[in-house]
Amino acid sequence: MRRWLVPVLTFTAGLFLWGGEASAFCGFYVGRADTKLFNTASEVAIARHDDKTVITMANDFKGDAKEFALVVPVPTILQKEQIHVGDAAVLRHLADYSAPRLVEYFDENPCLREELMERRSMDAMKSMAPAAASPRGRDKTLGITIEAQYTVGEYDILILSAKESAGLETWLTEHDYTIPNGASQVLQSYLKQGMKFFVAKVNLGEQAKLGLTHLRPLQIAFESPKFMLPIRLGTVNADGAQELFIYLLTKHGRVETTNYRTVRLPEAQEVPLYVKDRFGDFYRDLFTQQVTREHERGLFLEYAWDMNWCDPCAANPLSAEELRALGVFWQEPQGRGRGEVFPQGQRVFLTRLHVRYNAAHFPADLMFQETADRTNFQARYILRHAWTGTDACSAAVTYRRQLPERHEHEAQTLASLTGWNIEDIRRTMHLASRPIEHEKTWYQRLWGN
Amino acid sequence: MEQIHGTSRSTPSVGGTDPRLYQIVSLSTLLTYGFVWLHFEVSFAQIVVTIGTALLTQYAATRLVGLPAFDPTSALISSLSLCLLLRTNDLTVAALAAFIAISSKFLFRRHHKHLFNPTTLALAVMLATGFGWISPGQWGQVAWFGFFVACLGSLVVTRAARADVTLAFLLFYTGVLIARALWVGDPLTIPLHQLENGALLIFAFFMISDPKTTPDSRAGRITYALCVALAAGYVQFGLFRPNAPLWGLIVCTSLVPLIDAWLPGREYDWPGRSPDSAPPPALLPVLHRPSIPQPRRFS
Repeated sequence: MRRWLVPVLTFTAGLFLWGGEASAFCGFYVGRADTKLFNTASEVAIARHDDKTVITMANDFKGDAKEFALVVPVPTILQKEQIHVGDAAVLRHLADYSAPRLVEYFDENPCLREELMERRSMDAMKSMAPAAASPRGRDKTLGITIEAQYTVGEYDILILSAKESAGLETWLTEHDYTIPNGASQVLQSYLKQGMKFFVAKVNLGEQAKLGLTHLRPLQIAFESPKFMLPIRLGTVNADGAQELFIYLLTKHGRVETTNYRTVRLPEAQEVPLYVKDRFGDFYRDLFTQQVTREHERGLFLEYAWDMNWCDPCAANPLSAEELRALGVFWQEPQGRGRGEVFPQGQRVFLTRLHVRYNAAHFPADLMFQETADRTNFQARYILRHAWTGTDACSAAVTYRRQLPERHEHEAQTLASLTGWNIEDIRRTMHLASRPIEHEKTWYQRLWGN
Repeated sequence: MEQIHGTSRSTPSVGGTDPRLYQIVSLSTLLTYGFVWLHFEVSFAQIVVTIGTALLTQYAATRLVGLPAFDPTSALISSLSLCLLLRTNDLTVAALAAFIAISSKFLFRRHHKHLFNPTTLALAVMLATGFGWISPGQWGQVAWFGFFVACLGSLVVTRAARADVTLAFLLFYTGVLIARALWVGDPLTIPLHQLENGALLIFAFFMISDPKTTPDSRAGRITYALCVALAAGYVQFGLFRPNAPLWGLIVCTSLVPLIDAWLPGREYDWPGRSPDSAPPPALLPVLHRPSIPQPRRFS
């Protein structure tokens, strides 16, 4: 299949450049791994260029809104205009667009292929549309300064600075912010680093007025040379590891961490067809397996792509308006006021990182750098349907002879990627166990005994 | 390993072999490990182009300057360091970096010294122009620890004369990291984690230790190591930029003549060259030198 895929790829790329509708040379998109697969996963989108940063924090808080509280260290005091409430749908779109995906191919009749190769001609694949995818006195005693206080959307927001972490901790506790034991040392570290605290609660009155049933993502915009994500508060007193998805939108290229390994997930692997119905389980177990292989210390690259296109598309690329909603300030929308218009040549590169972290393996905050790498990458897994025709040309005979080997290889790939039991996989695939014990040794084959 | 250039005449080699071979072997092993197991984002083509360009540049410059023999060892060490550190998707950038590294040894000179360590200069140019980047986080603990042991071993095996600057830098830089952690109240796991950086090791053992760019006296070199460590600390915690030691070294390069004037020492002497020989022209020796004096080495 690969042999004819390359010319088709070239041809398809030619079509794309010519301006016609591009075919999906990376296979037909059939499914994606939702971020909801992972329990208690947080999602953060960071748009950054020239030290200017916009952070969008997804809010999937499920409990009573009056119980909600958020404490985030920020590098600067934020003005009201620097805080915004975003749209959860846009973040969901970004997550869908960049999700790990499953694609499928259908083998062609090998006899036809043989003829085609003899004639040295080929057909392009059919084009495929992308799938739709308190009082001030008390504050002073505690050494707390409320630098600013705003109500933005359904949130009441405070920007706090403090002299001592103990005072800050007391203040937060007195104001019903649940601070885990042991957070004091981390708070102190952030204070010494000159950071402020962004604290948010839900204003129930405003929420009722707005008629909202869910909490929208909070966004903050600031200018700072620090390209980092504070995760240490999250590791204090956490039950087990935390799951985090980070979407980084930059102008020039892929983003990676400078203080931890950024690892590409295995991609373009051929797996058995039954994974189609169990893609969620497959991806979750694959991720766990990779985390173990990296000794729980790495971040994983799930997607790195120029925002102008995708192939195959797990969801349509985001529009210029959606990107601006996520903080892509350097991209001026074209045809403003005329609805969604894709500007020509958007300069936005998306990096999607997935990390499972805990205090033992991630002692320091995540530090990032933008690189000049604009190579596309996607966590993509392939289903290959065998040709089931009855032709009897020599190529078909060879093809059929090779099929069991190919299926066995797919089974082993699946076992290696996910850690699933190879015998269970073979059973599900209706493959015979490998008769290793019956295999003849080299000397038996040599002398025929 | 550039510090090997500092091998004094009394210990030019160990067991009759050039000690730089030891360093080429350790760098090559590390590159192979990174390439095969850690999946360093460096292509085989980039490795070939980098090493090839470095050797060609060294050869061409040897002929141009009229040196008696082509010596590939230093060019190999510089290019292997570049392969380990520089990341780019463009082979032209890899070639340009290797060319800048090797040609800088011949172009930017002051008395008997290079102004810049070749690898450092090439990396700084590529980072500043945005053509390339360094991935300091890609090492992992196993590779880091193995490499650290190999580097320390190389100091022992080769009895490198410039080990002082390496050890002083590592000591001061660790001090800066620990002092900062104590000041902000961080646990010591954080500075230890910050030290676990392969690029830092290459920097300490292969770049800052270059005898052709470090002060002549031991006191001068230790002062120099302190300056670089403090500058690196400022870049890391004041400016919040990655690859802090590299920028620290580039900035402190200008201090070397001042430190040499303040703390003079016996100038580093290549094996085989008379210490009393007249110094070569300062800059662009190819253009200014009317005739070829006695043999010199530029590695």
